[in-house]
Amino acid sequence: MSIVEARGLTRRFDLSDPWVVRMLTFRKKRILTAVDDVSFSIEKGTTYALVGESGSGKSTIARMAVGLLAPSAGTITIDGTNLNDPALDPATRTALRRRIQMVFQSPYASLNPRWRVGAILAEPLHAFGLAAGRETARVAELLEQVGLSETDARRFPHEFSGGQRQRISIARALASEPDFIICDEPTSALDVSVQAQVLNLLKRLQRELGLTYLFITHDLAVVATMARRIGVLQHGKLVEEQDTIALFAAPRDPYTKMLLDAAPRLHPASATGR
Amino acid sequence: MKRFLQSDFLYDFSRSPVTIVSFAVVVVMVLSAVLAGVIAPTDPFDPAGLDLMNGFTPPMTPNEFTGETFWLGTDDQGRDLFSAILYGLRVSLFVGASAVLLAMTLGVSLGLLAGYAGGWVDTIIMRIADIQVTFPSILIAMLIFGVTRGILPPAQRDELAIAVLIVSIGLSEWVQFARTVRGATMVEKEKEYVAAARLIGLGPGQIMRRHILPNVLGPVLVIATITLALAIIAEATLSFLGVGAPPTEPSLGTLINIGQDYLFSGEWWILLFPAATLLMLALSVNLLGDWLRDTLNPRLK
Repeated sequence: MSIVEARGLTRRFDLSDPWVVRMLTFRKKRILTAVDDVSFSIEKGTTYALVGESGSGKSTIARMAVGLLAPSAGTITIDGTNLNDPALDPATRTALRRRIQMVFQSPYASLNPRWRVGAILAEPLHAFGLAAGRETARVAELLEQVGLSETDARRFPHEFSGGQRQRISIARALASEPDFIICDEPTSALDVSVQAQVLNLLKRLQRELGLTYLFITHDLAVVATMARRIGVLQHGKLVEEQDTIALFAAPRDPYTKMLLDAAPRLHPASATGR
Repeated sequence: MKRFLQSDFLYDFSRSPVTIVSFAVVVVMVLSAVLAGVIAPTDPFDPAGLDLMNGFTPPMTPNEFTGETFWLGTDDQGRDLFSAILYGLRVSLFVGASAVLLAMTLGVSLGLLAGYAGGWVDTIIMRIADIQVTFPSILIAMLIFGVTRGILPPAQRDELAIAVLIVSIGLSEWVQFARTVRGATMVEKEKEYVAAARLIGLGPGQIMRRHILPNVLGPVLVIATITLALAIIAEATLSFLGVGAPPTEPSLGTLINIGQDYLFSGEWWILLFPAATLLMLALSVNLLGDWLRDTLNPRLK
């Protein structure tokens, strides 16, 4: 059963000069199609990976999936509800927001430097009215769930390493008890050894909590161990979509082949995507 | 507290004699302004306590008619200059600090709004700011002061003179705050912690106030200190020109204005002491502001 459905998802950006400048210079409007008619679906409890080089539109899809950006055309629905539907009533929208969370790329910019970790983790609790009256206990629980200690709640983000900050980011995503988490290159800013720890944490949480992931990355090595299904993006178009094992064994699209050749040697047999 | 005692901030401070002296001067001046009622030997605003016979007494010399001695001499009305300076300092500092507070509140709010909202809101706010900075701020202050006094009924003009002064100086100094905060806001709003806040459904007001504001306040402190020196001088200038503090509540600028009438007739002290006080105050605040800017900006080190 699929929980996330993208149908004909398209996003165009208007990069034109202001109207007055256009009139004076006789330039045409310049429109960039960042995401072009992309469709995919993600089954509950699995990981779907979107792979592509920078500028391929993968982060734009992530921002549309969480409702930070409205699609120009097409829809993305979570359990059949469209977050970008203007007719959606506020209560349903809030309820849906709670179920979708995001782990960001930069462990340095994603945590407010002036807030203590405890306050960062408690904010979603307040926003969604969760764990009322026992926020402190819930924050401690969340910290332990991602392998940090309860005393870390009193510290500021700058007192942690990149990997630890990414754990805090994951804990914040978990705070609202979501079903679906979008991971936007969560390990690209980390050392290889730390990358593995964060990936293992994400996998463990998926097993324990039955989470569904949309995993955005340019790194095929990361994808091999995480994803059940992979979509390859090039210039905003989905050029290939296959199960992980099949894709590594027999890529169909020349662009996918190029990406695979560019990546360090992998052993497709050891791919254990869920 | 322990963290503060071990900070670079305090270390830098202890290594800069100029800053220590400026800080001491500012502290002494603020204290004597606040405690003017206790320290001052006479109340310069009590007409009953004034003796015209004491007029133009030179510093540290007994008056030829009454035999009274005044530290810094007296002015034309027989007012003790030392007391008048203490009370004048109080008016100057109060007007300066309040004007900065007003300019800061206005500038930070508008800067946050312009930076976060962008688009036409940003355009309107920043174009107004651009137009305003093409005029010298003292002219803006005089304009606002004149217009406001024109609107007020004559009976309330003197009563509200100080408030009008604060508003006119405050409104003439907000641009610097708004520009700095707008720039910082545009950087901060693209960061992922703001996206995370939007994800959980927080509105723009909450995001600006709770998330962005604490992250853009650093440079505001520095600008506030430097603007304080400007505001004190602006107030003195306005009062010197006779459009500021009323003669019943003289600030340092009013005292200098009184003194300049007698500069060439030999009564130099009436001008010199208030002017020296103003100079020391403005210079110390400015030096403190410069030091703060250098210390809090790691790129200048």
